[in-house]
Amino acid sequence: MTKVVFDEEKCKGCELCVQFCPRKVIVMAERINAKGYHPAVLADEENCISCGICARMCPDAVIEVFKP
Amino acid sequence: MKQVYSVPKSLQPRSTHYCPGCTHGIAHKLVAEAIDDLGIRDRAIGVAPVGCAVFAYDYFDCDFQQAAHGRAPAVATGIKRSVPDSVVFSYQGDGDLASIGAAEIVHAAMRGERITVIFVNNAIYGMTGGQMAPTTLVGQKATTAPFGRQKEHCGSPLRVSEMLATIPGAAYVARVALSSPGNVAKAKTAIRKAFETQLAGEGFSLVECLSTCPTNWGMGPYEAMSWLEENMIPYYPLGEFRTPEGGPNNA
Repeated sequence: MTKVVFDEEKCKGCELCVQFCPRKVIVMAERINAKGYHPAVLADEENCISCGICARMCPDAVIEVFKP
Repeated sequence: MKQVYSVPKSLQPRSTHYCPGCTHGIAHKLVAEAIDDLGIRDRAIGVAPVGCAVFAYDYFDCDFQQAAHGRAPAVATGIKRSVPDSVVFSYQGDGDLASIGAAEIVHAAMRGERITVIFVNNAIYGMTGGQMAPTTLVGQKATTAPFGRQKEHCGSPLRVSEMLATIPGAAYVARVALSSPGNVAKAKTAIRKAFETQLAGEGFSLVECLSTCPTNWGMGPYEAMSWLEENMIPYYPLGEFRTPEGGPNNA
């Protein structure tokens, strides 16, 4: 299991998680979801500090965050 | 692994119709978190407005009623008085609350109704296509103000929290912004405090959430949050204007 879990089908690609992530470890995927948006994904798990800011700022309740 | 953030239980596990980056979703999550934290899901009854949040009953996992435009505080009054053990909240936008519903909100506060109002202020009419609202800033463009709101013609934007804080029946009135992680954390505290005010039977409570409307402002979601901080907060200052313990406007 990864530190940040995205419910990709709910993602609308607003990129707020990407912008507010203090470690800049989230990127938008090349693929598109059923809604036609590029979903956010965790690109650099090693540098993720599980702070939860991405989940707090996500308007669509896409993100759940875990800490090892 | 330990869970740091989970989706609130009081939200339905479904996608919303809101535009990408709309802060209604953040406000929904904060209300749902407050309901979860206080363990009041079985007693919570929401009242949805007319506006973008009209379908809120599809997104919260608690009882809900949809009200006529601006009349959510009146409907909430009826529910609270007939089911006093319930925890009643209305969820209204600025077009709903500050314009057509201005009388209802003022009189609900005057009567000291034990309801909680979540007031989402994005300074524009969202659902109908970006018309000027009573809360639109001077100079801000809207479809009905293509050159920006003009003070000589339309007056100055209405500061709802300051106005309601002068009313003795209002027990808790606060303004927060959904524009950054820090401000969202403060918003969560304020919304929880508003519900606690109702649970303690202290009177009317309202939290004004400064919000963005990326679609009708014509900006990206992140750019809209910066615009909110640079333009809305100077005119709509954040803070608690009235609390059960006292505040700058208590009299």
